[in-house]
Amino acid sequence: MFDLLKARLRQGHQTTKFRNESGQLPARFRGRPVLDESKCPEACRACADACPTLAIAIEPLRIDLGACLFCTECQEACPEGTIVYTPDHRLAARSRADLVVSGSEAKLATALDQNMRRLFGRSLKLRQVSAGDCSGCAAELTATGNLVFDLGRFGIQFVASPRHADGIVVTGPVTTNMEYALRETYAAVPAPKIVIAVGACAISGGPFAGAEASHGGVPADIPVDLYIPGCPPHPLTILDGLLRLLGRIDDGRRRV
Amino acid sequence: MARGFASPLWTKNGFAVARANVPDVPVSDFRKLCVEICSQDGRLAALCTLPARRQDPEEKPEILAVLADDARGSVGLLATRVPDNRRYPALSTELPQAQAFERELFEDHGIRPDGHPWLKPLRRHADLETRPGSGGEGAPAHPFFRVEGSSIHEVAVGPVHAGIIEPGHFRFQCSGETVHHLEIQLGYQHRGAEALLLKSSPARRLAVAESIAGDTSVGHALAYCAAIEALAGVEVPLYAHAMRGIALELERLSNHVGDLGALCNDIGYLPGASWFGRLRGEFLNLLMELSGNRFGRSLVKPGGVRFGISSEQRRNFLARLARAERDLRDTAQLTFNSPTVGSRFEHTGVVTREAAEALGLVGPVARASGCDRDVRRDHSFGIFRFVHIPVALVDSGDVMARALVRWLEIQRSKTFVREQLNELPQESLSVDIPRLAPESLAVSMVEGWRGEIVHVAVTSADGQLASYKIVDPSFHNWFGLTIALRGNQISDFPLCNKSFNLSYAGHDL
Repeated sequence: MFDLLKARLRQGHQTTKFRNESGQLPARFRGRPVLDESKCPEACRACADACPTLAIAIEPLRIDLGACLFCTECQEACPEGTIVYTPDHRLAARSRADLVVSGSEAKLATALDQNMRRLFGRSLKLRQVSAGDCSGCAAELTATGNLVFDLGRFGIQFVASPRHADGIVVTGPVTTNMEYALRETYAAVPAPKIVIAVGACAISGGPFAGAEASHGGVPADIPVDLYIPGCPPHPLTILDGLLRLLGRIDDGRRRV
Repeated sequence: MARGFASPLWTKNGFAVARANVPDVPVSDFRKLCVEICSQDGRLAALCTLPARRQDPEEKPEILAVLADDARGSVGLLATRVPDNRRYPALSTELPQAQAFERELFEDHGIRPDGHPWLKPLRRHADLETRPGSGGEGAPAHPFFRVEGSSIHEVAVGPVHAGIIEPGHFRFQCSGETVHHLEIQLGYQHRGAEALLLKSSPARRLAVAESIAGDTSVGHALAYCAAIEALAGVEVPLYAHAMRGIALELERLSNHVGDLGALCNDIGYLPGASWFGRLRGEFLNLLMELSGNRFGRSLVKPGGVRFGISSEQRRNFLARLARAERDLRDTAQLTFNSPTVGSRFEHTGVVTREAAEALGLVGPVARASGCDRDVRRDHSFGIFRFVHIPVALVDSGDVMARALVRWLEIQRSKTFVREQLNELPQESLSVDIPRLAPESLAVSMVEGWRGEIVHVAVTSADGQLASYKIVDPSFHNWFGLTIALRGNQISDFPLCNKSFNLSYAGHDL
């Protein structure tokens, strides 16, 4: 017991104060890309050709963060330094269209309507469904609950049963073999409910888009309320997305 | 090893050989040789099909056995053509470690291993369902194994489990609390990774390799790159080898530390759960410092690595490593000295050495049962050809042994990372990849944190990838969990499962 207390004292308080500004992650961390199309040479499509998931379109230049793996192949292929991945972890958006980045502005997630916020704003229970994920996204969702990120302090919790949940969090490209279980889980959540797609796979299929035994993300008939991009997203990216959805973040400042 | 008849082509991990040099023997010799080699020093590292050879008059499917001889550090390649009726006598009857490979051959290629004891699909769930002629109306084509008796009850769990975890179905046959048999049905995570990899661009292939099992991104990326580099005939700069080694060991550290935390969590030992859980993050953060991603994605690329490490980063790294080391030592001491931990970990989920050998288990799970095997030593690759990490071996085969092997490996990997950081050579980060050699075959093996990762790449006449086989360590080890649970209490299942911590996606691909 004494040793336990000694170790506890030595390790100190480890939970991070939740600050949501950019710049708290290492310089190499690859977050939101910033594009400067004015630098693009005529008819150059080096970045688009280099992209493993075809996430880049040109004229005008734009990146679909829903498919982006943040691998920086495009940044390396670009002769002019048009694409720069910044260490800004804030990426989550409310619609598929808002995930498409052009220039340097970000269309970050907005809050749920007032009624939903009244229901879920201070207590949100989620059921995670792995549907072909490599376990990367699942690992980062688990990490949000550890003592560093401490998701519980915001009233958000992962629960065991869909019947106890207010919504589902889907990871993975949705394999043929998991589609039925995913639909059953979604149906078992009492309404009103929300759906959150986490990671490139759940949003667009990611690296597995076009794979024979998977669907390219959450099926179109299941409405998604929040997209959290990344491969996998950093725990701070997930926290940022969830808190924005609940209306507890406004322009980088937290409202409790 | 003098043999009366044909013998495999013996080569080394990470070398390419001409496809024509792989001996093609009759099925009976193939079976005899595989059984003979595996009953001596060998293991079946992979069993897969080969693409059709050029100007092949026969259309018979060809299968390849990759036999690992750990003591000699060599890899044996042996091929055979399955007769016209696509049937051959199963290896599994004499070689239990072939059971999953042969089920795979049957469901993916329609090659029937005659006499296989449990020829049930691994991944194709459509084939599990009722089919005409499968015995009565509504009967499934492949029912679960059942124990009969008035006091027997069945427990079904999954695919969606209570927690943030991958899907799989577990079927227990119990009397009271005691589990007599556990059958594990996987395949829910099957995405079609091998087929996708073949039809993808090189950049996409790397992304797919990194996503086979997300907690083993570095391990699978390394295996993929080593296969490509072998076929291209390039040698990677020493600096890149060192960086790859550091990343691979950081991956091992984060997962092993996380596993110790998860084991503590499953027995309600909360200081261990919280502190190991946090310390896992420290190693992920070091990987992020190195590669920009907590799982080390994009660090390894064919030909070398994408990022180096500056001297300032190196100092910062060493300081953080020392801090993590201190907290880890405290936490491990508390955990392993705690009687509550000992009483739950010891004698739980025992896998004997005989069972581990027969099933061909790999990685920490095998080493916890006294099987002295580690690819880093036996089939050394990359930096491990120059620097050796002692193999951690425990022989009690229980949950405690699997925890202890992890703790020993944590300490040794930390020492390795520290030494490498102090001795990094100054060289270029990568070399270019030329065209791949045509009609060649390369086997690359990597000791990932879960154990042996095997990639088998074969090229066509025009130097394109013609087939690609991936074996995640989980593919061998899932059956070990089944055996570990026999005679144990069903309430110990989560603990046993965590002590294996296998990948569903890696198995299902």
